[in-house]
Amino acid sequence: MSLWLVIFASGLVTFLIRLSFVGLLGQRAVSPAVRRVLGFVPPAVLSAIILPEMLIRDGALDFSLGNLRLLAGLAAWVVAWRTRSPLWTIAAGMLVLWFLTALR
Amino acid sequence: MLPLTRLSQFFAGVRAEAPILIGVMPFGMIYGVLAREAGIPAFQAQAVSAIVFAGSAQMVLTQLVHLGAPLLVMVLTLFVVNLRHALYSASVAPYIQHLSKGWKALLSYLLTDEAYAVAIIHYKYLDTLPAPAEPAGSSTGSRPEVRLAHWYFLGAGLALWSSWQLSTALGIALGAVVPQSWSLDFTLALTFIALVVPGLKDRPGWAAALTAGTVALLAYGLPYKLGLVLASVCGVATAALVDRWSGAPAGERAAP
Repeated sequence: MSLWLVIFASGLVTFLIRLSFVGLLGQRAVSPAVRRVLGFVPPAVLSAIILPEMLIRDGALDFSLGNLRLLAGLAAWVVAWRTRSPLWTIAAGMLVLWFLTALR
Repeated sequence: MLPLTRLSQFFAGVRAEAPILIGVMPFGMIYGVLAREAGIPAFQAQAVSAIVFAGSAQMVLTQLVHLGAPLLVMVLTLFVVNLRHALYSASVAPYIQHLSKGWKALLSYLLTDEAYAVAIIHYKYLDTLPAPAEPAGSSTGSRPEVRLAHWYFLGAGLALWSSWQLSTALGIALGAVVPQSWSLDFTLALTFIALVVPGLKDRPGWAAALTAGTVALLAYGLPYKLGLVLASVCGVATAALVDRWSGAPAGERAAP
């Protein structure tokens, strides 16, 4: 089986999924109710990515103070809330993570 | 203030995407290394990044190629791994529906987790801006930022695309030059925290975040990113219910 066939088939599948609703919707008007529900997708998806990154360590839930990513993530959360700046949030989170890692 | 042009919006998108690239570059390098270790020739390993352009899916694909899985198995697996992109597609569709087919195809091709996050937060920010103070009967009826928002999306998408190609090439040529102990992968989660926190203002938003986060933790064992899809759907459904019950004023509820 040609590797090129695999690559193009994979690319096509990925592209078609990303195009799916954009293509199906076309120019049809979207009702305000549907728009409002779709507005909940970003907080849902982003939180579903963030929480496991903070709380799953080595394949298991870790709520302990020894979980440095949890502590760094909480610090970043506060900074994000106060500054609304991705750069400050990353700086705070990484500095806390590196500092605690060095202490341990 | 600088005039709002296509180019200024494009580079605003590039700038907004920039912090995410810190976390993406090591990931791209790891993909390059794994692809070569799986026996994929350098040129084709790079072509996967250019044609498929989906980090997690490429990692899975690399494994399946290494195992010699049948084509149908590979395609079905990639379909499942990429299922979450259908959610992103639904989420951005109303904002880009007025564009030409070429634009829709281009932006869909660029619709990764990282570009989606930056683009949708920008679109939601634009939703909060008041209508333009133009005289009634003006031909356009929308703000220039809104009319040019797809250039912002394109800037974010191409910034990610370029760094993905570059980091893949670096990984293929040099190996993973960034040590794992630097934990740069965590910057992705941190950027997403910066994107999600300022938007958590009302009860439905919190319900979406808390439900999706909790389900994502419980469903973490599910393979192929299915936990993420399940968590997101539960989060959106809960938010819609809370929205209905919490009795927001009708006018507010109708706002886009």
